[in-house]
Amino acid sequence: MPVTNILRAIGGRVVDAVWRIGAVTRFFFLTLIYSGSCFRRFHLIIKELFSTGVMSLIIIVVAGLFVGMVLGLQGYETLKRYGSESALGVMVALSLVREMGPVVAALLFASRAGSAMTAEIGLMKATEQISAMEMMAVNPIARIVAPRFWAGVISMPFLAAMFSAVGIFGGYLVGVVQIGVDEGSFWSQMQAAVDFREDIMNGIIKSLVFGTVVTLIALFEGFDAPPTAEGVSGATTRTVVTSSLAILMLDFVLTAIMFRGA
Amino acid sequence: MSLNPLVEIRDLNFTYDKRPVLQGINMTFPRGKLIAIMGLSGCGKTTLLRHIGGALKPTKGYVRMDGQVIHELDQDGLYAMRRKMGMLFQFGALFTDMSVYDNVAFQMREHTELPEEIIHDLVIMKLHAVGLRGAQHMMPSELSGGMARRVALARTVALDPMLIMYDEPFAGLDPISLTVIGDLIRRLNDALGATSIIVTHDIQESLKIVDYVYFMANGVIVAEGTPDELRASDKDFVRQFVHGEMDGPVPFHYPGADYRQDLNLRA
Repeated sequence: MPVTNILRAIGGRVVDAVWRIGAVTRFFFLTLIYSGSCFRRFHLIIKELFSTGVMSLIIIVVAGLFVGMVLGLQGYETLKRYGSESALGVMVALSLVREMGPVVAALLFASRAGSAMTAEIGLMKATEQISAMEMMAVNPIARIVAPRFWAGVISMPFLAAMFSAVGIFGGYLVGVVQIGVDEGSFWSQMQAAVDFREDIMNGIIKSLVFGTVVTLIALFEGFDAPPTAEGVSGATTRTVVTSSLAILMLDFVLTAIMFRGA
Repeated sequence: MSLNPLVEIRDLNFTYDKRPVLQGINMTFPRGKLIAIMGLSGCGKTTLLRHIGGALKPTKGYVRMDGQVIHELDQDGLYAMRRKMGMLFQFGALFTDMSVYDNVAFQMREHTELPEEIIHDLVIMKLHAVGLRGAQHMMPSELSGGMARRVALARTVALDPMLIMYDEPFAGLDPISLTVIGDLIRRLNDALGATSIIVTHDIQESLKIVDYVYFMANGVIVAEGTPDELRASDKDFVRQFVHGEMDGPVPFHYPGADYRQDLNLRA
């Protein structure tokens, strides 16, 4: 009965998806409930801030510089048609602060830190380190998951800010230093047009949401990974794919809420 | 075996996915003794250990430790009970992002308010007991299999547990490491006054150090006794297991189709 099989397969996938959403939600609340101890021992979060945040800096800075340079180049070519080259600084800054900073930094964070978190926790599970911790009466959500979760949430806005700052510098290098746009109008128009609450705060909120979602997905996938080489590899792939799609979908939703009619 | 055993298992049954894994298990673990649970791979030994540690709930029956039924404890009660236990995992399960020193200090830092100076002295004493004081700054990736097992042993006894469980402590060790680990298990048990349960299929090394043995097959206890009783046993299964005979109640060939049929030969 091929139709029955198809219906069964669809039903199975729907049930599986609903189960996973429930499991992620439960995991999220457990992480929040067991976060108290990691705030009392803040050095645990600082250690994770180094491996998730500081170790992601190089890729963020290099990517930010090139994205900013491309924006400077493309922006100049477009604005020149309307005689508005002097608005290049505004265009580069708004593109980065509102959209590209939070989104591209989150995508890079998912591929660099998110995949590393999933692989690390998946391997800890495969090598019985998590079972060992449970047998020592240490809650692995409190000891392993919560510090990594908060490190991810805290790092993301800083990484996005760094991406935007370096991107603006990249736009300056191409627009002002290489092409010769007036430096005064580049900076002054940027300063006049970029609003702290409207643009920068919304960018920070976006990056906080992306940081929460990416870190949660990465930690859940690691914790839920089958304890085999294939299981860990599959979980790492799912982290990058699911996080990337979630970032792009959430970006649309947040942009619609924040900037509609602005 | 004892009027006041540390661990009692009564009529323990566990079914996984409609398949019975443990059936009607009754065991007693007296205080201060070192007891082995032996059997072939997949006979339910590790599942039994997981029931004692509270990682699995029985379908029927119970495990009682120090007067409390394990599966009736809530999470706080279970964690309180686990602080009285130590478990050595098959390949050590050392935390790979921590040094040897930090691995051994882990439980002390998590469960006690001891100052770092005292933790330092305790860690050094535990590492000295397993002969690895000199390896305190090494990372787990730099250790051999036998050294990793010894560090894990030091970590297991870090808080002087009442009950120490060993899951296949001899797996994959060279003969020297095997003897060292066996000797350490016996000496630590006696020095700490603990009760130890070893799950293993390494018959020769285990019979040298344990006080009592349970033999399991297909989820049931098929024989039990002291090492001398088992060596002298005339039960087919025990004889095959103790002497490592190829054929017996445990067949050499896994059940399958007719040999000639598999080779496509006509009768």
